Amino acid sequence: MAKMTLEELRSLRNRKQSDIERREVAGKDCQVIVGMGTCGIAAGAKVVLDAFLTELQAKGIKDVAVTQTGCMGLCYVEPTVEVIVPGMPDTIYGKVDAAVAAKIVQDHLVDHRLVTDHIFDRPSVDIMKNGGR
Amino acid sequence: MAIRNYILVCGGTACESSHSDQIYNALVKEAKEQGVENEVQVVRTGCFGFCEQGPIVKILPEDSFYVKVKPEDAHELIAEHIIKGREVTRLLYDKTKSTKHAQVEDIKFYQKQFRIVLRNCGFIDPENIDEYIARDGYAALEKAVFEMTPEDIINELKTAGLRGRGGAGFPTWMKWNFTKQVDNPVKYVVCNADEGDPGAYMDRSTLEGDPHSVLEAMTICGKAIGAHQGFIYIRAEYPLAIHRLEVAMKQSRDYGLLGKDILGSGFDFDIEIRLGAGAFVCGEETALLQSIEGHRGMPMPRPPFPAVKGLWGMPTVINNVETWANVPVIIHKGGEWFSKIGTADSHGTKVFALTGKICNSGLVEVPMGTTLREIVFDIGGGIAHGKKFKAVQTGGPSGGVITEANLDTPIDFGSLVRIGSMMGSGGMIVMDEDDCIVDVAKFYLNFTVDESCGKCAPCRIGGRTLYHILEKITNGNGTMEDLDKLQEIGDAMRKASLCALGQTSPNPVLSTMKYFKDEYLAHIVEKRCPSGKCKKLISFTIDPEKCKGCSLCARNCPVGAISGELRKTYHIDQSRCIKCGVCHDNCKFGAIKVN
Repeated sequence: MAKMTLEELRSLRNRKQSDIERREVAGKDCQVIVGMGTCGIAAGAKVVLDAFLTELQAKGIKDVAVTQTGCMGLCYVEPTVEVIVPGMPDTIYGKVDAAVAAKIVQDHLVDHRLVTDHIFDRPSVDIMKNGGR
Repeated sequence: MAIRNYILVCGGTACESSHSDQIYNALVKEAKEQGVENEVQVVRTGCFGFCEQGPIVKILPEDSFYVKVKPEDAHELIAEHIIKGREVTRLLYDKTKSTKHAQVEDIKFYQKQFRIVLRNCGFIDPENIDEYIARDGYAALEKAVFEMTPEDIINELKTAGLRGRGGAGFPTWMKWNFTKQVDNPVKYVVCNADEGDPGAYMDRSTLEGDPHSVLEAMTICGKAIGAHQGFIYIRAEYPLAIHRLEVAMKQSRDYGLLGKDILGSGFDFDIEIRLGAGAFVCGEETALLQSIEGHRGMPMPRPPFPAVKGLWGMPTVINNVETWANVPVIIHKGGEWFSKIGTADSHGTKVFALTGKICNSGLVEVPMGTTLREIVFDIGGGIAHGKKFKAVQTGGPSGGVITEANLDTPIDFGSLVRIGSMMGSGGMIVMDEDDCIVDVAKFYLNFTVDESCGKCAPCRIGGRTLYHILEKITNGNGTMEDLDKLQEIGDAMRKASLCALGQTSPNPVLSTMKYFKDEYLAHIVEKRCPSGKCKKLISFTIDPEKCKGCSLCARNCPVGAISGELRKTYHIDQSRCIKCGVCHDNCKFGAIKVN
């Protein structure tokens, strides 16, 4: 790389900053947790995970941590995604695809409105300690 | 597909020596084999500081903190964590708490820490300048070169109240100002990376984990004082730190952040590395400058101070690695911000290398004013193996011991001197009840006697005499007059030695005499070593009540000093016993007594 001017250094910093911010966990209150058990992956969870990352980046949303987890036990509606936003109920969405993911980002994370068609209950919450958490 | 996981692998020397480089390679290989190489990024970072539990691997964004990882664990980490999203519980630090939520915050080791110097260590890839830039790297240089006058830069440091982290705590802005005021076309900037205290590795870790912060700071200093050349004096036994510095220097030269016409501003500054051969005295600034010039590393009388007449007779600013690492943050965030951290006379944070008989040895950075108790018991996790705390040695061979009674002292430059020790560069060695305090003093003295350059008599002769007296005491031949002699010679060395090495080398002796007089008296009057360390003063005997006559001791004795008949009491022949303690360690019935 050739020597930089001040402007070039600043623009490089801006570009790289968003890359590295994704490593920060602190300060990210919202979480999107994608179920990536075998069932989830078979049903397309990887596409969903990618859709979330692309969508969040496209919209410039930075305070959301996208993580993954194992099977949530809702294998009949995979891929499943849990979305945690402060001040909103923790929600599990099922039968998510790339389009639904985009909708979740816009409605749930931006407008704070639940995507009602895709909400599923955590299985056996009533009979497990701490509601299964 | 976008990157969704970051795997941070510790690349500090401590973790590298337990094969973190192989872990890194294995992770990269596994990610490729399992088809996720486009979804995860494996990053080699600097020291996480939690060396006790190394090698450390951290996976983001889950923030899973894996400890004591082995190269063969790579397959499982990729297959389980990355592909299936299940944490590998057996490798987690806190195995009871496998959650998807922040793990590092739960570790007590990190809770009381505040990281300025180590801000990027364990987070960025030290060999990638882009990651440093992304974390506001070189933003301070921008500001210094384009927006600030030299006076502004020095005033910012003055507001911050930054004091030298090498040990003495001299205000950094004053040093810079002295050099700035001298009218001379050639001036130099020097980084003292000759870290020599036994058990200290703060500077090494900083250079390994965040080399650009030092380069940036030195360039800022060059601008402030009107220098165009810098030198980093680092010991040759830090190969990884040297390598990372070289990579960093090349990258910043390529980017135009170092060298001619920095960022098109017309300001020139470049840095060279000078390797030291590892003599302790070369950490002393005048000796260090001699060594850079190619002479034998021996201290010179001051004044003149290097700030006025330093390298090749030119005005020279010389600061320690940790001091440098603070500078970019101060310039970027402002002196005001920095001055709010810490205590009234010591601002900011201090990095300590916590070692010795402690549960979590490692690198810690705490705000000034944190108490020793918090460092030893909260961050350090207390004494290993449930033993009793005895003392902590700060300041290495130049410092002194701090006992239980002073553990609640808030740490800053002044308070440590008041209780008979010193901040030093940041080595902190914890001792438990098994350590003999006279033996510890002898150990440090042995080190300084060995490292004395021999130029001035008080250090050369005084140190050796002190050592001989201590040897006499630990051999059981000490007299009460010896205690007075130790005090007298120690005082003379403090006053008359040429440099800090000689002035401070009696400190371990004098401070242990002050706080553990009873232990010295036990050696001298009772001819007894309370912790059983001084071999000449102990003897092993067999308790007939407890001995079952199993012959285990006799079979393990390397000199055949133990004899007896099976199922009858055994005996130790004192004239042949070499006091190695093997019988004591092997006896299953606790029948071997140490007297």
